[in-house]
Amino acid sequence: MSDTIELCGRQLANPVLNASGTFDALAALRTFGERLRDRFPFAAYVSKTITVARREGNPPPRLWEVPAGLINSIGLPNKGLEEFVVCDLPQLTELLPVPLIVSVMGRTADELCELVDALDGHGSVAMIELNFSCPNVETGLVMGADPAEAGRAVERVRAATGKPLIVKLSPNAPDPAAVAVAAAGAGADALSLINTIKASALHPDTREPALGARAGGLSGPAVRAIALEQVGSVARAVAIPVIGMGGIATGRDAADFLAVGARCVAVGTESFRDAAAGRRIADELSTILKTS
Amino acid sequence: MTIAAREPAPAEQGRTLAPLGRRLARVVETQTLGPYRLIAVADRDGPGDPRPGQFYMLAASDGWGGGAGERPYLPRAFSFCRVRSADDGAAVHPTLEFLLEAIGPGTERLAGLSAGDGLWIAGPLGVGFSRDGDRRPLLVGGGIGAAPLLGWQDELGARAEALLGFRSAAHARAGELFNAPVICTDDGSVGRAGVVTEGLRAELERDRGAVVYACGPAPMLEAVRALCAAKDVPAQLALEAGMACGFGACFGCVVSTRSGYLRLCVEGPVLDAAILDRVDAFGAVH
Repeated sequence: MSDTIELCGRQLANPVLNASGTFDALAALRTFGERLRDRFPFAAYVSKTITVARREGNPPPRLWEVPAGLINSIGLPNKGLEEFVVCDLPQLTELLPVPLIVSVMGRTADELCELVDALDGHGSVAMIELNFSCPNVETGLVMGADPAEAGRAVERVRAATGKPLIVKLSPNAPDPAAVAVAAAGAGADALSLINTIKASALHPDTREPALGARAGGLSGPAVRAIALEQVGSVARAVAIPVIGMGGIATGRDAADFLAVGARCVAVGTESFRDAAAGRRIADELSTILKTS
Repeated sequence: MTIAAREPAPAEQGRTLAPLGRRLARVVETQTLGPYRLIAVADRDGPGDPRPGQFYMLAASDGWGGGAGERPYLPRAFSFCRVRSADDGAAVHPTLEFLLEAIGPGTERLAGLSAGDGLWIAGPLGVGFSRDGDRRPLLVGGGIGAAPLLGWQDELGARAEALLGFRSAAHARAGELFNAPVICTDDGSVGRAGVVTEGLRAELERDRGAVVYACGPAPMLEAVRALCAAKDVPAQLALEAGMACGFGACFGCVVSTRSGYLRLCVEGPVLDAAILDRVDAFGAVH
């Protein structure tokens, strides 16, 4: 009982979520079967990012292992809004024993509004996360890197839905806390960070880019110290809840993020190493919080 | 709208479901076969009926992440080559065998494991081989790609002929694991000199009633695909791609197919050759 936490009006069984794009519940159902439902590793489930149009994603290779982490250049492959709503949403609704948070990304404020509007009528969507690591094709500004741009986008989307809005901040910004303040001021209900940090690697044999898309995003324990600092600075700057993530692999890591002001934490790359990592980390965190 | 009563998803052919999350297993035996290592792993908490062609994610329980360059970090994907039942007096449990070659920080660490060492394993993952009516099974393996064909030959029985290609006599020692294999080597030091697909061409010219099951390096698989397509013979290919998770989470292991990218860990690693325009090297994490 003492592990429960409130996020945007929802009671969660514990503070551990998944990071968007690091756990596909429907693919996991095919791999693990019904035991996934009975032992679901997270207290809320964040979907992979959905865009208006279908995306194939980046050409392979998409992964490159680095010390204590990996660089990925996946490129947001997804079925597109319509197929997500028609095919995936009913299956997720049936499968998930925890609240569903749908992640969306738009290239314009209009696209964001279209995405949010399409999800607004679905009771099974508990919250919407806005992935702001994308340039606005109309202004050329990355929504998550520019405070004014972020504020304008949140203001538009805010008017399109009554559902709680979580803004996923980019770490590739000069001042994430300033973006956080702008998003909160425009009506965001919560913030999540960090996303992957822009990174690249060369193939040792060819000295050519190791990834099909040349560059990608770094994740894993390699980013944890940077994430902890950014989460702390954002949490100090705003009054709304913060979901902290970046290289969390143990309950101790999670406790650190809570200590700098995060309300919840999310597990990403560690789930690649162990599909049940979210549950293990929640258990470890619970023990730590009870004894400290 | 009322929500229909929950029904378990129907089992997919070629797929045994995995326990959720990784589990600690124990290496019970190792063997050196030329440049390869065969490790046997007691998987007390895993299913005893993985399907040939399915794979596991492996990571040593110690010294994983602390080595030179602080790699390996991710677990490594390996098809199991055989599963047998072991009885330790208290319980019957599956023992899995994996064939490894040390070619990167992860495979080096795994190849260095000894009996008694701990191993994190997750699986069985993905979809393995499936039977194709009364067609005569023909197994085609290149190098370490022979691994998943071993358990498949055990299951199909003597009529499943194995054509195996290796670089040299040392590598060809992996062929000893098979029942009556036809072996060729690049340097002619054992068996016929030449590539394994030449043997396949001769077989298909004689008998188009075959079904081909193949695993090996991308150029070999592409040659198998092209040959089978030309002769209108069905083929199932076990592919490799760089993989982080093994259960569809990371979207890293995609391969190009006629209908776009597919995640190899969910839809594969065994794919019907007919859905591929060509087999490329899709990356790897060693």
